[in-house]
Amino acid sequence: MMFEGFMVNAWEVASIVAVVAGVVGFFTVLRGAAFAAHSIPNGSFAGAAGASLVGLGTLFGLGVFAFAGALGIGLLGRRGRHDAVTALMLVMMLALGALFVSFSSEYAPEVYSLLFGEVLGISANAVLPTLLLGILCLLVVAILYRPLMLSSALPEVGEARGISAFAMELAFLGVLALATTMTVPVVGTLLIFSLMIGAPAAARSFTDRPAVAMALSVAFALAIVWFAIAASYETNWPVGFFVGTASAAAFVLGRVWAYARARMGRRPSARPSPS
Amino acid sequence: MSEAVLTVEGLGVRIAGRQVLDGVDFAIAPGEFTGLIGSNGAGKTTLFRAILGLQRPTSGRVLLGGRPRSRRGAGIGYVPQKFLLDPDLPLRGRDLVALGFDAGRLGPSTRLRRRRAAVEEALAAVDAEAFADTRVGRLSGGEQQRILIAHALISRPRLLLADEPLANLDLRSAQEVVSLLARVCREQGVAVLISAHEINPLLPVMDRIVYLAHGRAASGTSEEVIRADVLSRLYGHHVDVIDVHGRVLIVAGAGDDADLAGCEETVEHTEVIQ
Amino acid sequence: MSAGLFVFAPGFFDNEAVHVALAVGTAVAIVTAVVGVFTVMRGQSFAGESLGDIGTTGGAAASLLGVGPLAGFVAIDVLAAAAMELVGVQRVRGRDLATGVVLGAAIGLAALFLYLDTTQGSGNGSTVTILFGSIFAISSATIPAVVALAALSVALIAILYRPLLLATVSPEIAAARGIPVRLVGALYLLTLALATALAAITIGTILSTALLIGPAAAALRLTTRPLRAMLVATAIGIAAVWVGVVLAYDSYHWPPQEHGWPVSFFVVALIFLGYLASGLVKWRQEREA
Repeated sequence: MMFEGFMVNAWEVASIVAVVAGVVGFFTVLRGAAFAAHSIPNGSFAGAAGASLVGLGTLFGLGVFAFAGALGIGLLGRRGRHDAVTALMLVMMLALGALFVSFSSEYAPEVYSLLFGEVLGISANAVLPTLLLGILCLLVVAILYRPLMLSSALPEVGEARGISAFAMELAFLGVLALATTMTVPVVGTLLIFSLMIGAPAAARSFTDRPAVAMALSVAFALAIVWFAIAASYETNWPVGFFVGTASAAAFVLGRVWAYARARMGRRPSARPSPS
Repeated sequence: MSEAVLTVEGLGVRIAGRQVLDGVDFAIAPGEFTGLIGSNGAGKTTLFRAILGLQRPTSGRVLLGGRPRSRRGAGIGYVPQKFLLDPDLPLRGRDLVALGFDAGRLGPSTRLRRRRAAVEEALAAVDAEAFADTRVGRLSGGEQQRILIAHALISRPRLLLADEPLANLDLRSAQEVVSLLARVCREQGVAVLISAHEINPLLPVMDRIVYLAHGRAASGTSEEVIRADVLSRLYGHHVDVIDVHGRVLIVAGAGDDADLAGCEETVEHTEVIQ
Repeated sequence: MSAGLFVFAPGFFDNEAVHVALAVGTAVAIVTAVVGVFTVMRGQSFAGESLGDIGTTGGAAASLLGVGPLAGFVAIDVLAAAAMELVGVQRVRGRDLATGVVLGAAIGLAALFLYLDTTQGSGNGSTVTILFGSIFAISSATIPAVVALAALSVALIAILYRPLLLATVSPEIAAARGIPVRLVGALYLLTLALATALAAITIGTILSTALLIGPAAAALRLTTRPLRAMLVATAIGIAAVWVGVVLAYDSYHWPPQEHGWPVSFFVVALIFLGYLASGLVKWRQEREA
């Protein structure tokens, strides 16, 4: 049965990951930080590879590289071409990853699981660290909620009110790194990104209210992950495939809904207004 | 005059070796409507940044309520110059105004009822209730402007800074924004400092003018400042002030047409021709 | 062991794999430099990076079907570029989002193909080869295709050069002058897809951005003129590939094992060093000025 034994861990951990991805992803989309959300998890892969090479824990390596990547993107991107710097940081970290992988000869299956996730193989002792990191992540977001919101929507106004846009950027990248560290072992570097973009991007097509959008984002992320686990269990296909395609489907659904709503909404307002 | 809301004393700012502001002096009394006039590149935005504490002055100082600023942004509402909001931003006008209430604080909001009341009040003050529930990114420029003014007002500032709020607005919207700001100034007792490169839309409502040219400033009532001798001294060459049916036209003096300042003021020239 | 005491390890000049690597590397370095300058100027690094990653899907599919990887890279990248264009990559706002959604979906597919590859196909460690590339493993039969695609990409840029430049600097002005900005952007995206596919075969899908962005970003720090930047970027790209190939060949004699360091690592590291060095040069130029 898909709800028994080792599968319980998968359901629990994946649900925690989905909640965090939904919340953090909301700000990722709000800030247009898709590239950073792609690069930090992806680059941190090198940390995992390096850590296993020198015999340290994967989580530790992921964490160090995720925060190093976040700091690098934040500091180097401060002036000049932000996106080019992000890209270069990313490929440099990936190249290190390639080097580490080449040093450890039997690493290929682990490369695959780090990049694409291994949610069905989660052990019971992964639940507690994931839960703690998840709570920490949500706590940081809750504390920073209002200044981060203002700084994301109107950076100059936030700046004028004493909310440093640079500090907010670093804080956000830090949250991203934290989310990366906890989620990568579960859904893989390449797919945490799908969850962080697809769900919140879809959510904002359905509502104008920020709080509702965030709640919807979490709901979508949960639905995507649950569907992916169930489908993966039934078909034996990789869970990442279902996460990636379901996220994209959610986004397309949101766009169609927004389009339909805009068309329906336009008709009445096309009539001349009485004033 | 009671204690000035804002005092700028001998303010000088150098950026990358260029003297952007040089010995700027002026003061604004509570509830006064002041226009900061100057052509593009005269240093208006730099002056705003210095007042907000985002730009460190190389000389002089900025006093708020007679004292040096306690913390950044305290007591000042700010409406930025250019804002282009993402049409997909899941944020209603109302939400943006609410962020003005307590965005500086950490953690979840604890004063939801008071915040809701304050948001309603601020929206009413700028006549924005009708479009407060629409996504900000989908509002027109003038409507976004109103939302941002409400956002600035909700923190009950003593001074409201508006950076070029009339730029990119058509004539009618510009008039509306000016009369709105003037009303806010009178009704809420907030001192307003508004920057603009055109003087005419502001002439009917200004209590005081700060005229900025080449980094230097002249301040006073418009009768005191908009005079050929004062502006000529500011520009460093002869400038004529012409009154055409109640509109002011500032042009470089005859025989001086090679000077850039003449071109800088053509904005007002073309406006008269229209 | 005489670890690294030579510049050219014995047999370097007679090795056919080296010849192919240098030929392919040179052609690819030229294309990526020319295309990359526009990528950086247009702020489309994320699109380039995504197309690179998406190449993984094509590589895995090609391996599943028993076709050469280059065909897979080109096919999937062109498809993905079309999808990005469709979802709205032409708008500056939300562009990253459109890119990201396509990327996510494609990577999901890649996960499936790689999985099927390892369970049903040959399963000869193609995951790592596709992701990180192996310039020494390119067969000489691929050279004509690489050269043809390279020529096509450069020709496209040459044809589009002036309208593309204006559309890059100011889409509004370009549109006002009657340039079909969206079409030009879409054609550019197609060229980017070709260049990325070529870079992917050289240094692997997820590292391909290095060749695309690195030399161009470094060159644009040194000069602001696009044509000169393309020349400088080409020089940096070719240097990185050549030196990378030499070092990788030498590294068979280096610790920790006797099977060589990945050539892609050297190429990317050299490009990254080049980018840092360009910052240093610029800083000195500015200080003297």
